[in-house]
Amino acid sequence: MARARKAVGRNVLRKDGVSKVTGAAKYIDDLSFPGMLHARTIRSTIPAGDISAIRFNFDTAGFTIVDHRDIPGRNVVALIEDDQPCLAERAIRHVAEPILLLAHQDRDTLLAADVQIDYRQTTPVYDPAASPTVFKTIAIEKGRVEDGFALADVIVEGEYRTGHQEQLYIEPNGVIAVPGNGVPDDVEGITVYGSMQCPYYVHHALAVLLELPGDKVRVVQTETGGGFGGKEEYPSIIAGHAALLAKKSGRPVKLVYDRVEDMLATTKRHPAIVRHKTGVTRDGKLTAIDVDVLLDGGAYATLSAVVLSRGVIHASGPYRCDHIRIRGRATMTNTPPNGAFRGFGAPQTQFAAEVHMDRIAEQLGLDPVRVRAINALRPGDTTATGQRLGKDCSARQVLREAVRRTDFQKRRRAIESANRRAEALRHDGSAKAGRHDGSAKAGRHESNLRGIGLSLFFHGSGFTGGGEMKLASKASLALTDRGARILVASTEIGQGTRTVLAQIVADTLGLPYDCIDVNAADTACVPDSGPTVASRTCMVVGRILQRCAEEMRRRLGRLTPREYLRRHGSLVITKEYERRGEMLWDDHSYQGDAYGSYGWGCDIVELEVDRDTWQVKPISCLSVHEIGKAIHPMLAIGQIEGGSAQGLGYALLEDVVMRDGRMANASLTNYIIPTTLDTPEMEVVVLENPYTHGPFGAKGVGEMPIDGPAPAVINALRHAGFDLRAIPATPERIMKAVVLPRSTQSTQSKQPNKISANSALSAVFS
Amino acid sequence: MRITLNGALRRIDAHPLKRLLDVLREDCALTGTKEGCGEGECGACTVLVDGTPVNACLVPVAHVDGARVTTIEGLRGRHPLQHAFVEHGGAQCGICTAGMILAAVALGKQPTLEQMKTGLAGNLCRCTGYSAIYRSIDKATTNRKNRRERKRRRA
Repeated sequence: MARARKAVGRNVLRKDGVSKVTGAAKYIDDLSFPGMLHARTIRSTIPAGDISAIRFNFDTAGFTIVDHRDIPGRNVVALIEDDQPCLAERAIRHVAEPILLLAHQDRDTLLAADVQIDYRQTTPVYDPAASPTVFKTIAIEKGRVEDGFALADVIVEGEYRTGHQEQLYIEPNGVIAVPGNGVPDDVEGITVYGSMQCPYYVHHALAVLLELPGDKVRVVQTETGGGFGGKEEYPSIIAGHAALLAKKSGRPVKLVYDRVEDMLATTKRHPAIVRHKTGVTRDGKLTAIDVDVLLDGGAYATLSAVVLSRGVIHASGPYRCDHIRIRGRATMTNTPPNGAFRGFGAPQTQFAAEVHMDRIAEQLGLDPVRVRAINALRPGDTTATGQRLGKDCSARQVLREAVRRTDFQKRRRAIESANRRAEALRHDGSAKAGRHDGSAKAGRHESNLRGIGLSLFFHGSGFTGGGEMKLASKASLALTDRGARILVASTEIGQGTRTVLAQIVADTLGLPYDCIDVNAADTACVPDSGPTVASRTCMVVGRILQRCAEEMRRRLGRLTPREYLRRHGSLVITKEYERRGEMLWDDHSYQGDAYGSYGWGCDIVELEVDRDTWQVKPISCLSVHEIGKAIHPMLAIGQIEGGSAQGLGYALLEDVVMRDGRMANASLTNYIIPTTLDTPEMEVVVLENPYTHGPFGAKGVGEMPIDGPAPAVINALRHAGFDLRAIPATPERIMKAVVLPRSTQSTQSKQPNKISANSALSAVFS
Repeated sequence: MRITLNGALRRIDAHPLKRLLDVLREDCALTGTKEGCGEGECGACTVLVDGTPVNACLVPVAHVDGARVTTIEGLRGRHPLQHAFVEHGGAQCGICTAGMILAAVALGKQPTLEQMKTGLAGNLCRCTGYSAIYRSIDKATTNRKNRRERKRRRA
């Protein structure tokens, strides 16, 4: 066989590139079926209570109407807890809860239909701390935290808050359900096409809802315009709705949300309140870390338990400490359910850990790099769950590289003196000319305050704990005339699944990249390779495919694919996830190997604050990421740049305003995500420290980039003189923030006593 | 109504207030133009009307009577920007790509970074953080120059 040019590590053309730039790629709303009806969801308008009456104020002829009584199977969205009804029966737990479904062939008639629902309202719960319903609690203990505090010279406490965040994929959720499973003459089954990350989640949910055997349900992913977690579990709901209408009407049914409905009704990132109490020695060594994590789960459990799990495991940050206690809980509130979003709990807890770390440094009069360098995890250290890290632990390398590239300490001092000049200029200007005349305006730019901040973070690749064992993912590889076809349920959602998996297979088979094609994620022909989440596709599914390809290569021997097929007939190789023998995890004690491997990252953000509008302008963002091996460097960098931009939005712009349990700003006009003008220059550095069990050494990359920007931004704001403990750092929040006395910036006031962070700030720093 | 759609004259029989976006997608079967928000914020539905980028979700079709309308299909896969977006990571999930490329076409031959930022401020991308889009536009210009150069040398 001719030797193929290696694909791994090279920027080969992405498989879906041409169809996307020509407009040929078909997304769900681009598809149409003969006789297709359009559908609409009738939703609750109250946060808590009971339905007392439903009235149809329209002529129902020509409509298909579905309520919970039309559900042949169980009225649940089957996921973890099965507590969420597919359609509300009587009880309402949140605004925008689905109650009824309408379908009609004419969209205008459908939209004009008026349904009136009367309710008996009950008192809603909005405060997650006061909620009587707890979805999940988790406790992690390493050593004895009391012993650790006894060794401390200083104890630092703080409370940090993060808000909701909307995934804001540009393509809203949508599906089309078609009666029949695609096999000729099947009338009982159902096929659902849609925008989604996890075809087999939808497959399972439909089988439970419709009480159908698995082979009667077929789910096909269509080209998907972004997911970010927002199409992990939600598509199970919308697919169920369309399927019920299709079953009842006997016709194909399209259900595609508009932007407002998508924002009102679908899942968001869990808001969090995280409390830290940390013991540290005078020279900066962490002796005790005590963290309390509270997540607002919204009205139903969805994925809250596993979001909390990843959140607590990452809550002590990438730091070594012998005595760690982490307690977490996720509770119910009467708001739309929160769910998966890139990072999955880790952005919330690492935000707290990293903002807290800068405040520890400040208390000790150490610079923020030094305190991190002293405590950063090294190979051989153990994490909070007692996982012993291997040689692929790179916390100190990413920190060193980021600091070196920005000349961080020097830059920090330069900014401090510039800020002192700005302060002087401002006082001068306002004394001489007043703030609003021309001369002050001319000096506005110079009077802006600057700040630079960093964050150090890590992110576990793959499902948490025993998750990958339970999933037992499968992947298949079929020999074709010219090479091989990949059969996996892992979806292409923009991140490059098709391309990266094909590169891994090509090089393992020793065939050119172009000889590998990728089957559609269609449950009728691909095995269940698990969900496309948790930074697992490349590392976990990629490794299973690599093992398929290794065996295929052995079987081929010296034959070309064509020769093999002619001589021996078809060849399909299927492999299942294989646990590494030494990996251990105990779900009860939360001890053991939480992840196969971790990626490591360090972000440095420089920004400017306008003293009149309190607007923050990020000026630069450096991300140093260690990801094992960049199978496709350009795609990996794309993930890091895109995730960082999304993280900057999380830090500064993206404010979900909940009013009476309803998102008050559910439109792109007033829920702001970063535009070109809000996104600074981004510099990305990829380091490679291979993971022995990843394909070609690869770890996960998709989620980690969103962990870093928010704490780096808040630390930069602190450096600029603004004490914030919550995101998003909107101008309103910055205006109200405690302004730190300028003298604290060079930090010199050791107070070896317990310091309560929120109340006595000015006392501490004066 | 008559429009010159992607270079060919076309009669449109639709309600004059029907959104240009729906006319393109439904009446003309050109689904490359996407709807992201329906309120003129995301720019996924950007098309060129007489060379100017507009949000097709905000334009009643009567407004383009007699005009030249260009959609992504009108670039026929041959525009240097299309090649560059594939080669340099300008397209990830692809849903903003058609609008982004058409907005970039309107930037002219050699836009500066500032011109790109201003010109694309109405086009949201949630995947790339925009850097790869700037690089793609930049490379399209370079490629174009190189091609011209090669042609000149051959001649």
